[in-house]
Amino acid sequence: MKITCSINITPNKVVVNGKELNYTERGEKLLTAIYRRQINDYPKFFKMDSLCRLGFVASELLLNGEPDRFKPREDRAVVFFNSSSSLCNDENYQKTIQDKNNYFPSPAIFVYTLPNIVTGEIAIRNKYYGETSFYVLDRLDIESMEQIINDTFQDLTTKSVLGGWLDCKDKDHFEAHLFLIKDEETSSLTNWDKIIINKIIYNKQ
Amino acid sequence: MGHTMIVKIADNIISPLGFTTERNYQAVKAGESSIQLHERHWGIPEPFMASLFKDGEIDNEFDKLRSTCKYTDFEKAIILSIDKALQQTAINPSSDRVQFILSTTKGNIYLLDNKNEGFSKERALLGVSAQYISDFFHNPNRPIVISNACISGVCAQITAMRCLQSNRCDAAIVVGCDIQSRFIVSGFQSFKALSPDQCKPFDVKRRGLNLGEAAATIIYGRKNRTDVDNNEWLVCRGAIRNDANHISGPSKTGEGSFRALRTIIQEKDIPQIAFINSHGTSTLYNDEMESIAISRAGLQSIPVNSLKGYYGHTMGAAGILESILSMQAVDDKNILATRGYETCGVSHPLILSNQNRPTDKQAFIKLLSGFGGCNAALLFKRGGLL
Repeated sequence: MKITCSINITPNKVVVNGKELNYTERGEKLLTAIYRRQINDYPKFFKMDSLCRLGFVASELLLNGEPDRFKPREDRAVVFFNSSSSLCNDENYQKTIQDKNNYFPSPAIFVYTLPNIVTGEIAIRNKYYGETSFYVLDRLDIESMEQIINDTFQDLTTKSVLGGWLDCKDKDHFEAHLFLIKDEETSSLTNWDKIIINKIIYNKQ
Repeated sequence: MGHTMIVKIADNIISPLGFTTERNYQAVKAGESSIQLHERHWGIPEPFMASLFKDGEIDNEFDKLRSTCKYTDFEKAIILSIDKALQQTAINPSSDRVQFILSTTKGNIYLLDNKNEGFSKERALLGVSAQYISDFFHNPNRPIVISNACISGVCAQITAMRCLQSNRCDAAIVVGCDIQSRFIVSGFQSFKALSPDQCKPFDVKRRGLNLGEAAATIIYGRKNRTDVDNNEWLVCRGAIRNDANHISGPSKTGEGSFRALRTIIQEKDIPQIAFINSHGTSTLYNDEMESIAISRAGLQSIPVNSLKGYYGHTMGAAGILESILSMQAVDDKNILATRGYETCGVSHPLILSNQNRPTDKQAFIKLLSGFGGCNAALLFKRGGLL
């Protein structure tokens, strides 16, 4: 398995393939700034919860420039991991039912109380009919991520995985470390293994 | 199929219909349902139909385990289910060759509502709760939680198959559970997805789903093809596919479900299949979508059933609970009735019945779909078919 590209987004930094992009915005505003400057053709972005916004902009930056980007395909899986599940938006939904005298459960918020919705948003945007999966771990564990993503290729239709860590604690505290991993042995590409993933995530040279 | 086969070693179902697989199967075979009307429950203004555990039912059974630690109802139901499944085996859950895989959508979400239960907010994190569960069994491996909406129970089984195939464990304990709460019920009400009466899968008068509570466990292991017995259950092929269409509505072409079915089924399997155990939630759009997917996959000559009329939609448990009952049914040469079904109400006719029917076939398909546009299909066979 080889990594063809990677992206890291934290509340104050955007790094694509090891190169930091020049953004001055922070937290929630950073995601909106990325959308406006580099995407700007998908207004549905503004309906999304924080986890989906994070996954959406990260996947856009990762896939930008890929040949035949929007051609429907079944051979790409989307496999994400985190530790917060959808708790950031769960708390928003809870507020709509907390007070008996101000009880207004909202379907538009409730739909985002599942972590895998972001995998669906990315599948819709890119016309991916392949596997979409969301795993929750107690912490960022590179070995578990590596093993589960490698296992995804046991489905012989799957030739590439858009996968990695996508966690949103609240609207201003988040972490995305996504990779495009391909089932090929091109020597010019980086190995998909825990040493390399570790280097990319923690920016260790 | 390769040389290494994934076999079912043991199972258990904990539900309002009973605390063993056998009791649950007999209840379903006899047409019992635990779905009831709940009024002014949990402070929810509108009444709702659901299959819920009785107060104290889980506690009474859990007390027999004499645990000194404090667990939530969600964790207790899971621990009980795993414990009962393990009792049928010689597996030591504290071995590093045993992997825990947990399927749930909302876990301990009700802790957001009742903050005074003495649990920290951390406990609402699925990975943290899973760790408490695997710690109960002294398992040294990091538990894997799969949270893929309503298809989680099939995804967890696929994850187990893959872990076993890549030899990372010798036994995978797959458990699914969701406990209902104001959070979940109010959300489904806001979606207008709940039926005011007993659900009627695939029926012309269906008006939505009922929610349900359950925990279900399957323990999977690995065997050489030549060592598989005729009456053992094999989980053969699984696939997960997305509609790439809408985050909360099923595809009008049954796209993901059709593609998942197409991936797991070969022409030669079709005559062996006793039935397709569908998702069959009884919502207008889900059941219609499944009828389209099954027809597109050329499987409309295979009987279809749905078990939602007995338990409601048990969310993270559904894929596991319904797989276990389907295995029991095939062993009993029976296609379980679709409770609540009377007249076909989908555009692509399916072979459905509200009566149990005989079969002598030895394989079945489990089908699920969920929010996020995800769909999953799993093919099971008895060893006798090898």
